Amino acid sequence: MTARPPVEALECMMLERMMLIRAYEETLVDLHGRGRAAGTCTAIGQEASAVGVVAALTPDDLILTNHRSAGHLLARGADPGRMLAEVQGKSGGYCGGKSGSLHISAKELGVVLTSTIVGGELALATGVGLSRSMQGGPGIVVCFFGDGAACEGRFHESLNLAAVWSLPILYVCENNQWQAFVHRKETMTADGVAGHAAAYGIDSAVVDGNDPLAVFDAAAAAVATIRRTGKPFLLEAMTYRLRGHFEPDDQSYVDPGELARWRERDPVILLRRRLERDGLLDAAAATRMEESVRARMEAAAAFAEASPYPAPEELTRDVYA
Amino acid sequence: MTQMTVNDAISAALAEEMRRDPSVLIFGEGVATKRRDLLGEFGPARVRNTPLAEGIIAGTAAGAAATGLRPVIDLLFAPFLCYAMDEIVNSAGKLRYVSGGQFKFPMVVLAMTGAGWGVGAQHNHNIESWFVHSPGLKVAMPSTPADFKGLLKAAIRDDNPVLVFADIALGYSAGEVPEDIDAIPLGQAALRRTGDDVTLVSYAKTVGTCLAAADRLAEAGISADVLDLRSLKPLDEDAILRSVAKTGRLVVVHEASRLCGVGAEVAALVAEKAFASLRAPVLRLTGPDAPAPASFPLEQAFVPQADAVVAAVQSLVHGALAA
Repeated sequence: MTARPPVEALECMMLERMMLIRAYEETLVDLHGRGRAAGTCTAIGQEASAVGVVAALTPDDLILTNHRSAGHLLARGADPGRMLAEVQGKSGGYCGGKSGSLHISAKELGVVLTSTIVGGELALATGVGLSRSMQGGPGIVVCFFGDGAACEGRFHESLNLAAVWSLPILYVCENNQWQAFVHRKETMTADGVAGHAAAYGIDSAVVDGNDPLAVFDAAAAAVATIRRTGKPFLLEAMTYRLRGHFEPDDQSYVDPGELARWRERDPVILLRRRLERDGLLDAAAATRMEESVRARMEAAAAFAEASPYPAPEELTRDVYA
Repeated sequence: MTQMTVNDAISAALAEEMRRDPSVLIFGEGVATKRRDLLGEFGPARVRNTPLAEGIIAGTAAGAAATGLRPVIDLLFAPFLCYAMDEIVNSAGKLRYVSGGQFKFPMVVLAMTGAGWGVGAQHNHNIESWFVHSPGLKVAMPSTPADFKGLLKAAIRDDNPVLVFADIALGYSAGEVPEDIDAIPLGQAALRRTGDDVTLVSYAKTVGTCLAAADRLAEAGISADVLDLRSLKPLDEDAILRSVAKTGRLVVVHEASRLCGVGAEVAALVAEKAFASLRAPVLRLTGPDAPAPASFPLEQAFVPQADAVVAAVQSLVHGALAA
């Protein structure tokens, strides 16, 4: 199992990363509101899941993600400036501006493929797992998807093949209760998707997705199992999408009571409160953390602003290898 | 030279490329069951059966290709690719570009199609032009055993996703294959017969149809260039334009339906770049806008036949359409 650093250091690191993810996505919402960025999908409220899982990985592990990928990328150490530049279609972005917000991948960080077709990442994950398995490298593969993707046939095809071929894949379902504009209660009979795993002979666990330490512990245990057995594992993090499907979205379809209850469980606030209560972080240190995150985001926005748009010839470059 | 069927040529290309490059592997429905020779030589890690699930087969290939392997997948029949369109078109075809060139997708998709087996519309549908229209993909549809071997070898070595369609009617047709044949570059048409009066452009089984028509036209004093495209994308534009510049007449013949088919692209190319050479309208002889029927006579009626090619050329040279 990945050695767990002292709780204080781990949780403070997690809080800082979660604050950065939150600040990044709030910056995106602001840029969109001012007409400076195209519409984007945020994962505000889901930061603990991203940070907890990624903290349990090593640099050899590969990540596949989806259209709500900012948390996974930033948790992995992505530069928010290059991400903002990407979202704004600038040449300084991770994909030269050709991805936009929806399919950012960063090979240098091991974030290898991102599909914005819901479920697409699940179909690709088995291939990445097959490469890992056949090449005998040390890393495993982590595939982030949502409860919506679990309603796609590809989820079932992917789990089945990963089980049959014994592929080292950690499937992480971030169950944020929403499938675009539809509540998962309308599309699934169960409350979650972990129950499907047993049908394929895959072990699974369900964890409070708004508690980063719980997510870290569950992910670290799952990763250790995968490294030992070479077999897939399904981890379901129960969380909530606090903003709409896509910017802009007035969330008029959301039950205000449910939204208010989950706002009470905002993972960034919960962790900060706990660290302060336990004396692991004093108010001054928390404020310094906030200021440092804010300064990083200001620098990131300035980098993106200064980054030039792609040259016209980029239109047809990299279509073919 | 060795006599070999198209099916044998495909097997030989697979074996040689797997011997040459340890990152090449093949999987699909029944691949390990049917290709016992490959399974015996390369083992179960590189020759795999899969569930009957085209989407995950293609997605697995794309994911593997992006991370260092060079997969070949057999999806059996072309219409089954409808289950794999997201993985082929949205992932393998686009994620290189979308990622700013960070990844490449060296993979090959094999599938059979075409009239001749009476399997009906959900096993027989010439959908090759769909993939020609999709960026990031290459498409080959050879007509001879030698070309199947050489083009499949090139497809496996290519760093892009390549779809190789095999016309069902050609599977057991035999032809000469040079012992030492190597990869034949994608994007080069083959001139099967030379003539001065008309250019017949085709691919897959209708190349044979055009050659048969050209024999009969020769008896009537009309000589034809018969150009086998072999590769639909990249398309050998120079070979098409060179021939039309010489003959001044063009008939495009293919089994796939007419609307937005490869023939439309060839006709448009000639209209744009060789209009001054044309002595007659460009004609297309294609399958109709209909699903492929199972009934043998109807299935044959779907496919352009030599009589129709002869009649079309006669009309361009001597008949109502003659200049």
